[in-house]
Amino acid sequence: MTFPDFSRLSATALAAKVDGGNVSPLDSINASLARAREAGAGRESLNLILWSNEQLARRDAASLAEGMNRAGKGGRLAGIPIAVKDNLATLGLPTTCASKILAGYVSPYEATAVARLREEGAIVVAKTNMDEFAMGSSTENSAYGPARNPIDLRRVPGGSSGGSAGAVAAGIVPLALGSETGGSVRQPAAFCGVVGVKPTYGRVSRFGLVAFASSLDQIGPIARNVDDAALALEIISGVDPNDSTCSSRKVDTYRDEFLPLATSAEPLDGMTIGVPEEYFPEMLDPGIRALCERSIDLLKSLGAKVVDVKMPNTALAIPVYYIIAPAEASSNLARFDGVRYGARAETAALRDMYAETRSKGFGDEVTRRILLGTYVLSAGYYDAYYRKAQSVRGLITRDFRDAFGRGIDALFTPTTPTTAFAIGALTDPYEMYMSDIFTVTANLAGVPAMSLPIGRVGGLPVGGQIIASHFCESTMFRVAYALEAALGGEAHQ
Amino acid sequence: MTQGKYEMVVGLEVHVQLKTRSKAFCGCSTRFGDPPNTNTCPICLALPGALPVLNEKAVELAARAALALGCTLHPVSVFARKNYFYPDLPKGYQISQFDKPLATAGSVKVDVGDGEKSIGVTRVHMEEDAGKSLHDRYPSATAIDLNRAGVPLIEIVSEPDMRSSKEAGAYLRTLRQILQYLAVSDVSMEEGSLRVDANVSARPVGQKELGTKTEMKNMNSFSGVERALEYEFARQCALLDRGEQVSQQTLLWDAAKGEARVSRTKEGSHDYRYFPEPDLLPLVLHSEWLAGIKASVPELPADRKKRFTDEYKLGNEDIEKLTALPLLSDYFEAAARISGEPKGAANWVMGDVQAAINASGVPISEFRVRPADLGQLIKLVADGLVSRSAAKVIFGQMVETGKPAAQIAHDLSLVQVGDDGAITGWIDEVLAEHPEEAKRYLAGEKKLQGVLVGFVMKKSAGKADPKRVNQLLTSRAGAG
Amino acid sequence: MAVTQADVIHVAELARLALPAERLDHLVSELNGILAHMDVLEKTDTSAIDSNVSVPVDSTPLRSDSSGPLPMLTSRESFAPSIRDGFFIVPRLATHEDAAADTAP
Repeated sequence: MTFPDFSRLSATALAAKVDGGNVSPLDSINASLARAREAGAGRESLNLILWSNEQLARRDAASLAEGMNRAGKGGRLAGIPIAVKDNLATLGLPTTCASKILAGYVSPYEATAVARLREEGAIVVAKTNMDEFAMGSSTENSAYGPARNPIDLRRVPGGSSGGSAGAVAAGIVPLALGSETGGSVRQPAAFCGVVGVKPTYGRVSRFGLVAFASSLDQIGPIARNVDDAALALEIISGVDPNDSTCSSRKVDTYRDEFLPLATSAEPLDGMTIGVPEEYFPEMLDPGIRALCERSIDLLKSLGAKVVDVKMPNTALAIPVYYIIAPAEASSNLARFDGVRYGARAETAALRDMYAETRSKGFGDEVTRRILLGTYVLSAGYYDAYYRKAQSVRGLITRDFRDAFGRGIDALFTPTTPTTAFAIGALTDPYEMYMSDIFTVTANLAGVPAMSLPIGRVGGLPVGGQIIASHFCESTMFRVAYALEAALGGEAHQ
Repeated sequence: MTQGKYEMVVGLEVHVQLKTRSKAFCGCSTRFGDPPNTNTCPICLALPGALPVLNEKAVELAARAALALGCTLHPVSVFARKNYFYPDLPKGYQISQFDKPLATAGSVKVDVGDGEKSIGVTRVHMEEDAGKSLHDRYPSATAIDLNRAGVPLIEIVSEPDMRSSKEAGAYLRTLRQILQYLAVSDVSMEEGSLRVDANVSARPVGQKELGTKTEMKNMNSFSGVERALEYEFARQCALLDRGEQVSQQTLLWDAAKGEARVSRTKEGSHDYRYFPEPDLLPLVLHSEWLAGIKASVPELPADRKKRFTDEYKLGNEDIEKLTALPLLSDYFEAAARISGEPKGAANWVMGDVQAAINASGVPISEFRVRPADLGQLIKLVADGLVSRSAAKVIFGQMVETGKPAAQIAHDLSLVQVGDDGAITGWIDEVLAEHPEEAKRYLAGEKKLQGVLVGFVMKKSAGKADPKRVNQLLTSRAGAG
Repeated sequence: MAVTQADVIHVAELARLALPAERLDHLVSELNGILAHMDVLEKTDTSAIDSNVSVPVDSTPLRSDSSGPLPMLTSRESFAPSIRDGFFIVPRLATHEDAAADTAP
């Protein structure tokens, strides 16, 4: 049986076809499921998808079709197959965070972001592979084995949302959800040649996102183009009574602001874009530098004024991040104790049950970070590490406030210092941590940032990063949309 | 043993469950005694991805309590995670407050027998309760019930200002009474809605520096706290007498054995790794909101006692009894105002009312005889319309039927007749029916008056006002 | 501030992780390797941040006391490793004393 190929269609285009009755929800879902099989998305090959249930997906498609018949319309994502990172609570499919400690766990409630996509007609077809509890930058730290980059199977897709980025890159779904703590959406999006967004902290409800580092975590969309990513973000954003840190600020209609600029010759007229020198260090891959320079030239030609800017505390971001994130993680992961849910080691004594459940349940990287986080919070070290890191985080945030306060609308940087590396290439933990060097700053400061494809080096995708001020996603999308259009096919060459 | 050489120093940590309908950080019911784990949800079960949202009512009650304890409420307070593992602590941390608590620096005035003493309140902070571990229910297994997990608490930490077990007891009783007046908690040690840990040390009389303290836990009554403190103080004095050191440790009180044993927790093994709770923003209290809370603090026991003394001219003992419980004292006051007879109201409330409430087992708020009804009854007696003995009968009927006093008095024909014509008629009849006694009485045999009054009362079926009967008989004898 | 083996054992105990003895040395050097990169923070002047006591304007949002519980679409039994008569069951603590001792203040 063959299905039509929707693998290059955008979510908005496919949803329009479904909503218009040209494609049935079931056809759309079947095409996605077929594409997943064909691409080898499962464990045996790309290992992008951990959990899927074809029957359930088809049933969802059938009930959507019924609902559309009754209502006469299907929502902004009618019949769109979506992939969801395995650390987002979903009904019907397991939520394991790619960890043995949550083997077999199915959530009795659903994450707000997932529920909001469903309300617009999206259908969850897959839970995607990831670094265990989102701790990693390569999707190698998965209890279910490393995921592969669909562009080059010997390489990592990036991480921790590698499965979601890979599923979009492989044409299985036009839209996926990932989560960010230090770059876990933008970095794999860059490695896989797709668009990935990290919203302002507090823009999207974290309810149902299994916490890694609560003060940094945000859910973000991954798509094949800027428009789809903006639509998805519009849908999942906004106040949620179940997340105290979620902002009640009104959500902008991003697309209404940038779509009309499509015909403008200088869509970035009047904008100032800063280029921070700290994001272009000597160690930066020369190919990536050249592609960034091309994009900067394009931004100028689109009407933007490009200025140099200093972000003097950038180098401190990785040390700060690797104190704050493990500290919060050590506490967030205490709930995995084998008492109420998840895997449990059967022992005679309670204390052994805890230790064995957790030691067998967590992989090496998670164990390392729990130890590190427990250490920096423990008596005698709190001030030197955790408190100090929070102060330095304040300096990093101030860098951004200063830049945006001086009339700069957005920053342009590379997303990563290298292209996708080979599976197994990075063995030193700190070396791996350095692959987040350009992305963690936005998480620490809470500002929105996104990556979009700006070309290839040696056949491997390169991402350009656009960072804007708090809650200025509109500005960020406007720049990204204009750059994407100007690059055209060059973005993937 | 020479305890007299030493002085006891006590500070208390009191945990109080706040009387909210739902838990501190989720919408689950706080009801006590429901089947295990039925009042749980993704949040209080700490399911992956669940987040806390603070209960407004819990903040109100905590703030009201802190204000009533004379504390300074901080416009910004911060929740923190206290990290430790225990099977009835679902998240592996308790949401509490640490270096930026809700309120600090208050005090409680306590009557310590020979005067009043001010006990400092170091801080009042908000936190959530843990669940319950049942170790006896199944062999070789512990059963976990998380219905209580997440119920809002306040912790009230005192200064080490108490110098005897009696002072500690007085502080606790005063504190409980204040919290009852505030209606912020059920304050029942039996049900666990009030729990006390005590820090106690001994030092030579006259010494300024504090001795090494131990922490006493597991007391389940106020008298248990007092006994535990006496026990531990004696133990520490004996150690010091022998020239030994008191070691800082936690002791568990065994009420049945009347002794404490050392907890096996290693000292220093608790490292709670407090850090600000990133799932909640700071709690910011605005001045208008605070003004509303201030206005919600009712008259407190000490003020009420003073006012009752001034307004109602009652004795100390009566006032203590009448103000013990806020609702009872409200009841008394309403009855006193309506009747205009504070002494009478006091006697009724401490006597028949309390007895009837105890017998029926209903709370005073649901007691059938409302204070206004009681006030009417007291007024009937004061106006001489019903006798004291009739009033008791009427009260019994009021409890049973809920009808107003006047109606019952009328229905049962218990309204006293003070009308001279009717009484004179009854006297005439009695004297005619008992000529022998009449003759002797009129001849001056005064001791017969009681017998004759009895005959008149009987004839009137109890309705005659006995005072008037006496007066009229006396005047008849004088005239004779 | 070098991490010692004793530190790692203590921290593992706090975090309820059982570390095989043969991994200890490796973990000690790994943690020291990572923490060495953190020393730069110590040298960073943060006085401008530390002295800036800004009062937050946004309070944590408050929920009405009468908001009901979140619904659960599957039962506790569906995910609990061991449940009996509605109770979650865990291995019994050695003695009651341990139980009380382990309870946090």
